[in-house]
Amino acid sequence: MAGWNTHEGPALCLPLANVDTDQLIPARFMSVPRAQGYGDYLLHDMRRDDTGGLRADFPLNQHPEVSILVTRRNFGSGSSREAAVYALVDAGIRAVIAPSFGDIFASNAVNNGLLPARVEPEACAKLEQALTTGPRPIRIDIDTRTLRLGDLTVPFTLDDSWATKLINGWDDIDLTRAHGDAITAFRDTRLRTAPWAWPAAH
Amino acid sequence: MTAPRTLLDKLWAAHEILRREDGVSLLWVDRHLVHEGSHHGFAKLAARGLKVAEPDLTFAVVDHYAPTRDRAHITDPQIARMIDTLRTNAKAQGLRIYDLTDPEQGIVHVIGPEQGLTLPGLLVNCGDSHTSTHGAFGALAFGIGATEVAHVLATQTVWQRKPRAMRITVEGTLAPGVSAKDIALGWIAALGTDGAQGHAVEYAGSAIRGLSMEGRMTLCNLSIEGGARFGMIAPDQTTFEYLENRPNAPKGAAWEQACADWAALTSDPDATFEREVKFDARDIAPTVTWGTSPEQALPITARIPDPDTVTPAKADAARAALDYMGLTAGQALEGTPIDQVFIGSCTNGRIEDLRAAAAVLKGRKARVPGLISPGSAQVKAQAEAEGLDQIFTQAGLEWAASGCSMCVGMNGDLVGEGMRCASSTNRNFRGRQGRGARTHLMSPAMVAAAAVTGALTDVRPLMNGRAA
Ligand code: SF4
Repeated sequence: MAGWNTHEGPALCLPLANVDTDQLIPARFMSVPRAQGYGDYLLHDMRRDDTGGLRADFPLNQHPEVSILVTRRNFGSGSSREAAVYALVDAGIRAVIAPSFGDIFASNAVNNGLLPARVEPEACAKLEQALTTGPRPIRIDIDTRTLRLGDLTVPFTLDDSWATKLINGWDDIDLTRAHGDAITAFRDTRLRTAPWAWPAAH
Repeated sequence: MTAPRTLLDKLWAAHEILRREDGVSLLWVDRHLVHEGSHHGFAKLAARGLKVAEPDLTFAVVDHYAPTRDRAHITDPQIARMIDTLRTNAKAQGLRIYDLTDPEQGIVHVIGPEQGLTLPGLLVNCGDSHTSTHGAFGALAFGIGATEVAHVLATQTVWQRKPRAMRITVEGTLAPGVSAKDIALGWIAALGTDGAQGHAVEYAGSAIRGLSMEGRMTLCNLSIEGGARFGMIAPDQTTFEYLENRPNAPKGAAWEQACADWAALTSDPDATFEREVKFDARDIAPTVTWGTSPEQALPITARIPDPDTVTPAKADAARAALDYMGLTAGQALEGTPIDQVFIGSCTNGRIEDLRAAAAVLKGRKARVPGLISPGSAQVKAQAEAEGLDQIFTQAGLEWAASGCSMCVGMNGDLVGEGMRCASSTNRNFRGRQGRGARTHLMSPAMVAAAAVTGALTDVRPLMNGRAA
């Protein structure tokens, strides 16, 4: 996965709170292999009518080119399905800006190069206001943790370790395997001091 | 003298292999539970040519796509493929799989404890947000995404920043007809679905100590609906009695040592929590959700809120929810007609839940159709031994096999468009039970009350013998 530290792209406001991962991708699409792409399923039931046609009045359908979403509190709450992040990423979204995120969603996002940028509710309201007439470009800088929209500059918070991962595009498995000796030593100690931690019937 | 520690501190320390400079810990995983939805994780593992690091600590369960009827003939090719993929992965990696015809099959969060795979002091991971359920045993249990599933498969470890410690204390005795589900919906309504984000919630107080393991699991299960990735309760005699002689629980001398070790898994008296919230059990009433978020919940005796009078930050969401749910502000919740009922899921599909529902349904008829899917094959067998299935079918409800079923609808058990369902599950999100489905969450006893009256109903008068 390629890392990144700055991105500039059109941002769209989705003025909804509690967009849970069931909204981001309904369960019935989760059996699809990743290689087939998940972009078409993003917010499927909001974006599409009963026959699967795109609703003309849904903002994301009018502006499929956007790469940043500005939204409300508790984005990505609910199910741990990483498919919700795949749907966003495959639809070209690089960052979601919101006052708060579901914990599992945020960590899934970082694992797929998607930035969950947490901003203060007041700042988020300002960004929202600036986007009422339609998408406008936002410039994101992960190093300085800032977002710029016109003359508006807004700080965002992101765990340092997550910033490092996003910037480097790191994959945890490689990092962890470098700690193989520590893991083996820990396992041996645990087996000795807490033998009950291994399943009895196995 | 060491500083007083919380249960979270103790569990964390017991699993921390190392901590990086940036404060993120590498934790040892004692149990990794996988299901059909873990296919992305297995695919990532295969793409790197890796094997499962600890097959003896990894268990596979068919539950999310499990048909609840006629299991021998799966007609939907997608469902068949999902189940077959799990079988293939389990076989290739040498994993114990709880397959459809296994007498120990069931929903992952029901069978983990039932089989004694879940124990106090363990770290349990599963690619499912309701993994918080296992925290009811005093375990560090949390849901993970597919990339993390692949990581645990490959290394038996997980990177995690320690959450903040939060304690929810409930003192007092719950009134008859009030259950763990009501405690959970009550605190989530009070604090919001993001109320515990970034925190691990420990539940404490006499009302919590008084809960059975089933009730504790319901409560910890719903922690995620309040934003907490972790829910936990210190193990005690109730915990040990539940676990003794379970197939995978330690035996003999190992059991004795385990109980001694587990008894230390409590928050020290002077331990400090970053956040403390207290509730009085007497204030908790049977609760139902009226909207499309678990925080949109109220006592059954309440009226549906007027969006113009709720806090501005939540007004838009309330308006949208009422619109989706087809409800009018100011209406009494009680008496709202429903179309169907569902009892099941990892939240409320255990034997105690079925008993509570049966106590209300006994000798009565349901006015609406409904499905009851026990949380596991063992719960099913137990319910049948107690004659509960007879009570359900005589009431006119359908008694089916175990799986996630209508909680998420992946197996085809769906609520129709615009239909209103009284449900013992955990999420009333838009479309969760099917596109356009209208879900009201409540306890199993309350679902049973709704079934016999055909409307949202306070179960308490029915428990006192009132005719439906
Ligand atoms: S019953 Fe529902 S919440 Fe529980 S594991 Fe299954 S789908 Fe998830």
